[in-house]
Amino acid sequence: MGFFLEVLIGGLLAGVLYSLVALGFVLIFKASGVFNFAQGAMVLTAGLALVRALDVFEQWHWPFGLALLSAFAFAAVIMAIIAWMVERLVLRKLVNQEDIILFMATIGITFFLEGLAQTLFGADVYPLNVGLPKDPIFLLESLFDGGILVNELDIWAAVAAGLLVAGLALFFQRTRIGRALRAVADDHAAAQSVGIPLNQIWFIVWLVAGLVALVAGAVWGSKLGVQFSLSLLALKALPVLILGGFTSVPGAIIGGLIIGAGEKLAEVFLGPSMGGGIEIWFAYVVALLFLLFRPQGLFGERIIERV
Amino acid sequence: MLYREAGQFKASYQADQAIFPVAQDRLVMLALLVIAFLVVPFVTSEYVYRAVLIPTVILSLAAIGLNVLMGYCGQVSLGSGAFMGVGAYAAYNLAVRLPFLNPFVCILLSGFVAAAVGIVFGIPSLRIKGFYLACATLAAQFFGDWAFLRIKWVTNYTPSGSVNAPPLQLFGWDLSSPTANYLVALGITLALALAVKNIVRGHIGRQWMAIRDMDIAAEIIGVRPLYAKLSAFAVSSFLIGVAGAMWAFLYLGSWEPAAFDINRSFSLMFMVIIGGLGSILGSALGAIFIVLLPIFLNQALPPLGAAVGWQISTATVSHFESMIFGALIVFFLVVEPHGLARLWSIGKEKLRLWPFPH
Repeated sequence: MGFFLEVLIGGLLAGVLYSLVALGFVLIFKASGVFNFAQGAMVLTAGLALVRALDVFEQWHWPFGLALLSAFAFAAVIMAIIAWMVERLVLRKLVNQEDIILFMATIGITFFLEGLAQTLFGADVYPLNVGLPKDPIFLLESLFDGGILVNELDIWAAVAAGLLVAGLALFFQRTRIGRALRAVADDHAAAQSVGIPLNQIWFIVWLVAGLVALVAGAVWGSKLGVQFSLSLLALKALPVLILGGFTSVPGAIIGGLIIGAGEKLAEVFLGPSMGGGIEIWFAYVVALLFLLFRPQGLFGERIIERV
Repeated sequence: MLYREAGQFKASYQADQAIFPVAQDRLVMLALLVIAFLVVPFVTSEYVYRAVLIPTVILSLAAIGLNVLMGYCGQVSLGSGAFMGVGAYAAYNLAVRLPFLNPFVCILLSGFVAAAVGIVFGIPSLRIKGFYLACATLAAQFFGDWAFLRIKWVTNYTPSGSVNAPPLQLFGWDLSSPTANYLVALGITLALALAVKNIVRGHIGRQWMAIRDMDIAAEIIGVRPLYAKLSAFAVSSFLIGVAGAMWAFLYLGSWEPAAFDINRSFSLMFMVIIGGLGSILGSALGAIFIVLLPIFLNQALPPLGAAVGWQISTATVSHFESMIFGALIVFFLVVEPHGLARLWSIGKEKLRLWPFPH
């Protein structure tokens, strides 16, 4: 029982990390209908920018807090430049094209960002320390023999994800820009006709997605080290997305929890009898089964079709 | 001036329905075929065969297969790499387990295996649409990756997981030289491309297009979505499977599961999009573009870097390649979202009006 709980909690915490990546997808899809495959590459870019800037500032013997803040600011500026260029050079030119064309364009952006980030910031594995504790801790030792082993970093990551979601919810519900974003998500043409500048909104959305990618990059980077494989996180986030629905922020979180727990449990309890390594496709199969019953995901907007 | 169809009257329905109704198109096609079959084998080096011609021809077939699904039936699929793998491993297993079968029979039969797998993974398309479906087809991709690696029966219990194609021969002729590989691949690809061209002009193809344009409306006018979608998945997977088997037998020779990973799916998708959705010619153009681009960048970048006095390391070259590749994809999509096939037809239209455009 203790072991089961340990796997379950480990899976849930890993799921929160998937949600962090999935969130970026949801934001962009909601606001512009673009299926942004480049989210993984954005995580990689943000992570690399952060870790390299931090290295440089520490070499200059800045105090750690200041160096960390400046590194985050630097990475945020990089993400802002990327968002601006994407809006300016890609989205604006591809307005009103079919979704699949825009999707392909984001795959192009993925290749571009992967190349750019590794050319600018290097292609090694960079350990990242943003001051989060990494010690394993034991919970509930009184209940189970030996307790439940949990990585403290994962808990902090979950806290960060929670704060991020709360912040985004406030931003969307309470601010002027947030309302404009929701209006655009609801109906592009109507939003434009009441005077909401679409181009600006798209820039802001990509910027917010970039900042979410920065948080995801920081958390995943401190867990695994900043390296190329961060870019492949996009593929881990997709089942989370289709499970939770492309248009739902809570869906991304709950989908992440289900997928994270499901795949870890499957890997540990089913995996050995099937030769191991089933984690990656198991997530997709779970998502697929959900989709057979709810084609729009758990929390996605109901798809209404008219002829 | 040269490309003018004035005076070419179509006097029969047959002439009206021809694949190339314009005489000049027929001539160009014939010339290309003659060059491809009779001239190329005498002037080409082994490097060009291995690096350019054979991959282009085989990937054209795979792109045509994906185009049937995406361009004609409108079902986005990101699992095509796995279907190529299914074809390759099916052909391998047939060849190993039924040694009396000729490798070419194995290649053909593997298409049917891939078609069966394609139908199974096509079933969700009856419920799921658009990007949800695209992500769902990734399940096929990752399941394939896993199965080729972990189910030892598939690789016939080879310890390294890498398998070898049997030697190719037909009626006692040895067909393992690059020239023979090229001619065989070209022959199979052209035959299947012709078949697909006729399928998409026929009633099944029209049903696919009706489903693509609006599936509810298609259902109302009497197209059965189950039949239309699954037949598209079957035909598409058949073609991709045959292409995969040829890729393994004629091009790779010995291969590992990584040969059919998700990057293969993406590159096939690029071929279809860059070439043009819903165009057979476009698939081939897309394949040529995607095969040639990395080779070109690989050859051109180091001298360019040296010209401006910058020594580029191999790692940097590959990052630059990735950057330029991505930028070019975006550029092409911005310039012509409907692909090279559209550029081709625009070009023909311009030629028709030349020199007096109105």
